[in-house]
Amino acid sequence: MSTAVERVEGVMALFPRCDINTDAIIPSTWLRTASADLGKGLFGGERYDEQGREVESFILNQPAFKQSRMILADENFGCGSSREAAVWALVQFGIGCVLAPSFADIFYENAFKNNLVAGIIDVDTYQELKALLSEHPEGMAFTVDLHSLSVSVSDKNNPKHNRSWSFKMPASRVQAMIRGDDEITSTLHHKVDIADFYTKASNEKSWLFPDHLIGQMADATSNKTS
Amino acid sequence: MNSENGLTLFDKIWNAHRIRHLDDGRDLIFVDRHVLQETTSAQAFDNLRKTGRSVRYPDLTVATQDHIVSTMPGRSEDSNPTGRELMQLMRSNARSAGIRHYGVDHPSQGIVHVIAPELGLALPGSILACGDSHTSTVGGLGCLGIGVGTSEVEHVLATQTLVLSKPKPMRIWYEGKLQAGLTAKDLILHTIGKIGVAGGRGFAVEYAGPVIEALSIEARLTLCNMSIELGARLGFIAPDDKTIAYLENREFAPKGSDFAQACIYWRGLQSDPQAEFEKEVHIDCTTISHQVSWGTTPEDVVSIDGVVPDPGQVDDPARRDRISKAIRYMDLNPGQKLSGLPINIAFIGSCTNSRLSDLTLAASLVRGRHVAANVRALVVPGSMSVKREAEALGLDVIFREAGFEWRDAGCSMCVSINEDVVPPGARCIATTNRNFENRQGPKSRTHIASPAVVAAAALAGCIPDSSMIHHKAECF
Repeated sequence: MSTAVERVEGVMALFPRCDINTDAIIPSTWLRTASADLGKGLFGGERYDEQGREVESFILNQPAFKQSRMILADENFGCGSSREAAVWALVQFGIGCVLAPSFADIFYENAFKNNLVAGIIDVDTYQELKALLSEHPEGMAFTVDLHSLSVSVSDKNNPKHNRSWSFKMPASRVQAMIRGDDEITSTLHHKVDIADFYTKASNEKSWLFPDHLIGQMADATSNKTS
Repeated sequence: MNSENGLTLFDKIWNAHRIRHLDDGRDLIFVDRHVLQETTSAQAFDNLRKTGRSVRYPDLTVATQDHIVSTMPGRSEDSNPTGRELMQLMRSNARSAGIRHYGVDHPSQGIVHVIAPELGLALPGSILACGDSHTSTVGGLGCLGIGVGTSEVEHVLATQTLVLSKPKPMRIWYEGKLQAGLTAKDLILHTIGKIGVAGGRGFAVEYAGPVIEALSIEARLTLCNMSIELGARLGFIAPDDKTIAYLENREFAPKGSDFAQACIYWRGLQSDPQAEFEKEVHIDCTTISHQVSWGTTPEDVVSIDGVVPDPGQVDDPARRDRISKAIRYMDLNPGQKLSGLPINIAFIGSCTNSRLSDLTLAASLVRGRHVAANVRALVVPGSMSVKREAEALGLDVIFREAGFEWRDAGCSMCVSINEDVVPPGARCIATTNRNFENRQGPKSRTHIASPAVVAAAALAGCIPDSSMIHHKAECF
């Protein structure tokens, strides 16, 4: 990851469900190669019928939502499999932010690693945004701003209708995303500490790093060419 | 955590692996073992190449091919052409990095979470990472198994560490006595039904209590396997004499004086009596019966003698809608009895239930009987070692004579990313861990249950009732 993200702008699609799992976000049929078009596979199980045609009623197939840039969902978004392809599918489709009252643990980590804003909103905010989106089937554009941790909607014709809500994201994650930090680079700043830790552990717990595991590669491997 | 109150088992293992507490509140954690599988590692190696980084400690890393492999007997990398690319990438990436590789042609190949314990790679008090959410399986040995995404796989490859927020300690205490014939699968399904798929989110779950102590190691692996279905990334059980007996003489377990030293350390790995947990759940096991899922999340479980819930009885509108949708997807009716529901496929396998004890249990019901007409039944052992052990006991003959397919090892019809797919609209009863919509193939319908229930269903052609499950299982 290297691209910095400060803001996401665009249409928000409503997925008013709890426990949206990563199998739903990207079905396993799209994971059979290293180079699949995951954006096309996003929500593939409900987005296409058995013949592979788009299901018209599915929100991301509706003209107003084909260019969605953010998703609003209910509790525990991204539960199930650890597949990071769920995040890749969202990002490749063009989604830059998911707002939900809670996220599954592994999805939450995977999101930040790919600059997908995973913003935690309180339940009242979820209900207000859900009501607003339900009133606007023609699609509504929002701005998610990482500096102010806010999601807002503005009406140029009637500024009185401007509204804004806050969301939560750990400060360190916000800064990392704005700077475009790479976590491996950050960790490698500690490489001396890591090497020292391993040396000490090897000495104190030789049982954990036995000789027949360490440095005996050639005999155990099945790496013959097929 | 205030050490005056004592430490939890989780605190002890975590703290022993903390290299640094970082400024952002997260911990830099050393990873003792890293296990790779072919569907979540290719991009990680690709990124390493792009960034000019190498695998930091290849000796601590092991790779297998399991998810996308064909399970047809005698298969090779070419048997499932759509999976060839990812399999070959796993093999070539492992070779160039100097990582041990258990490919489809290796006698110890198998599902990551089956071979990590079998090979003695997962040890009590250690931390093992793997790009798969069921990595908590190894918690059955008192090992912290952390399921990670592909970016974290890359992070472990490059640094042998993870940067994580420390989860909060939680304990689920199992008391009473599990009725004869019930299994760890029934225990964990009941638990998920009780506390929900998000009940463990943010927590590291210790399973404890007299019922857990009585479980075999393989049963403990089954129990810990489904921690992620509680929303918990980590689930584990304190090691004891059974753990030590299981590990002795495993290929990569310590030997000789190292083993003796390890045993001393392992025997001290328990939560202190005064340790405090941020969440505690008590489960009385006496009234638990055979479980089966009816819906589309693992919390949608009932007794096999039970009925499909009535959404009309549910107050919360969001929950009512979800249950209604699940009932429609599964082609069921509110109040319908589960027993007697015809099934098309019975699948015994997956990292949850594909070990020797699972196959022995299923075979004890199947022996001398035959799969019902119009039912396709498969047994997919979790590893080639399990397959050989089962064949030495003659289980393959029992299954084959009963009409089951007897396959080579792999994830198979649990993730259905290979060619083992449930056809649209078909109903499968499986010993797997997820019953999501489309999980076993587009428009597939999944009921998850124990090996005993699935075996009985294969014979009856329908979800069985309790009276149809007779076996002499003890603590499976």
